Amino acid sequence: MLRRHIINITGRAGSGHPGGSLSAADIVAALYFKVLRHNPSDPKWRERDRFILSKGHAAPLLYAALAEGGYFPVQELETVRQINSRLQGHADKTVTPGVEMSSGSLGQGISFGIGAALAARLDSLPYRVYVLLGDGECDEGQVWEAAMAAAHFKMDNLTAIVDRNEIQLDGWTEEIMNLEPFADKWRAFGWNVVEINGHSISEILDAFEKAKSFQGRPSVIIAHTVKGKGVSFMENNPEFHGKAPNPEQVKLALKELEK
Amino acid sequence: MATELSTREAYGQTLQKLGKERKDIIVLDADLSKSTMTNLFAKAFPDRFFDCGIAEQNMMDIAAGLASCGKTVFASTFAVFAGGRCFDQVRMCIAQPQHNVKIVASHGGVSVGQDGMSHQSIEDLALMTIFPGMTVIVPADALEAAQAVETAAATPGPFYIRMGRPKVPQVCPDDYRFALGKAATMRPGKDVTIIAMGIMVASAIKAAQKLAGEGIDCRVLNMATLKPIDREAIILAAQETRGIVSAEEHLKHGGLGSAIAEILVEAHPARMVSIGLHDRFAESGNPDELLKKYGLASEDIEGAVRKIMERRGQS
Repeated sequence: MLRRHIINITGRAGSGHPGGSLSAADIVAALYFKVLRHNPSDPKWRERDRFILSKGHAAPLLYAALAEGGYFPVQELETVRQINSRLQGHADKTVTPGVEMSSGSLGQGISFGIGAALAARLDSLPYRVYVLLGDGECDEGQVWEAAMAAAHFKMDNLTAIVDRNEIQLDGWTEEIMNLEPFADKWRAFGWNVVEINGHSISEILDAFEKAKSFQGRPSVIIAHTVKGKGVSFMENNPEFHGKAPNPEQVKLALKELEK
Repeated sequence: MATELSTREAYGQTLQKLGKERKDIIVLDADLSKSTMTNLFAKAFPDRFFDCGIAEQNMMDIAAGLASCGKTVFASTFAVFAGGRCFDQVRMCIAQPQHNVKIVASHGGVSVGQDGMSHQSIEDLALMTIFPGMTVIVPADALEAAQAVETAAATPGPFYIRMGRPKVPQVCPDDYRFALGKAATMRPGKDVTIIAMGIMVASAIKAAQKLAGEGIDCRVLNMATLKPIDREAIILAAQETRGIVSAEEHLKHGGLGSAIAEILVEAHPARMVSIGLHDRFAESGNPDELLKKYGLASEDIEGAVRKIMERRGQS
């Protein structure tokens, strides 16, 4: 369902980032429809869990989840990237209900999430903070500043999820800027690491449970995913990182996703 | 005259005072708390102080995250780092979302002194005033600094306040009340208006006193709020005096002089000379030596005023 929205949104706009939205679709679906304690009729509810989209280019995915979750009408998805729309090319918290952080400049989500998680601790509130990053995003130095700080401050109410689809704009992550040994890096920074298949709902839900029960340290879920997941000609194709499908491709993709 | 105090010391003391009254105030620093003076708050309220280590970009976004949950957050580091290093973090997570984060940066300008160019922030005001919705304040003395911090704590939205390293004389009267967005008249006058901020206010007053002896009657305005700037006071000065001299411890471009010039060009063209760093970086040295070498001394302000007085006859 979310994948169909992603194809429609990017296809209609003629621009956007389908690949990294499709790869994280199962994770975000699990969060919005199973994991998060939230209230779409009261997006500012003080005790809501916070979902922070650090990889802001996956805005089509976030909008699809927010619309299906009831934050705004599904029809509004037709306005993404159009003038006067509440649904900007990259998420903007000042205009879209349910968006926690304005993003699109990479590397900032965990830092922001630490702030929200510290506030929960200071106010003795039970909410949790979830931050979704791209793997290419982890090239940003600030990700590691934040990784160090989250462990230092013992933020066990913070969970990061890395959409490990192995592709960034210019190509394969390991060719552009080697990330491996990726899990070891997070462990060395003091995080509890859970590695999963990011397209298995049961593994995703299990990982969130593990993260929730882990005390004294932040958890990172390294979700191994396929960029463009669900659409054969987009899968593992760096071309669809930041390119929208043309009308013909939209038809093909929607047909595949109906199966 | 009260004892000399730096604006950063006034910040630290005020923050400590505010921390008692306001439990929603959280303070962040990036391993400079002994210099920015947030260490006073840290000692008094360790549960509400977070040292983020030498990672300013991370600190700014943590500040934003805390503010998004209703906290009033003060984030401090040196002005070079707050303004330059964190530009994108401030843009994305503080300015645009209008988060309630008060960036209070110490060590503004060349009066940092011997640490040299790397530590002398001469671009921060251009970088911070450029953001829509950002309030920018440069206090002239400790008294004003304390009141500016209190005002920021009581006013929602993002602030950038620039403090200085050296001890500065009190220039504001004891009964001074800082008014956000309003220039303070430090000295009335009818010939030329000197508009200054920060430590340059003291130099402007000194220059005006000297010029009074030559029969030149200078008005001195303290433009502590650089943004939103007091447009009326500037236009009034252009109408009522023969010209304007701006004085700032910053590059001429993008600071006080530029802001005044933009208003004058549109509303009331007037003679103007700006005192500031002219398209160059500075160096190590004592503050007074640096201010003199780089054209920021009270004598330079005097010269600028005379220039306006002389030019009058030529037009």
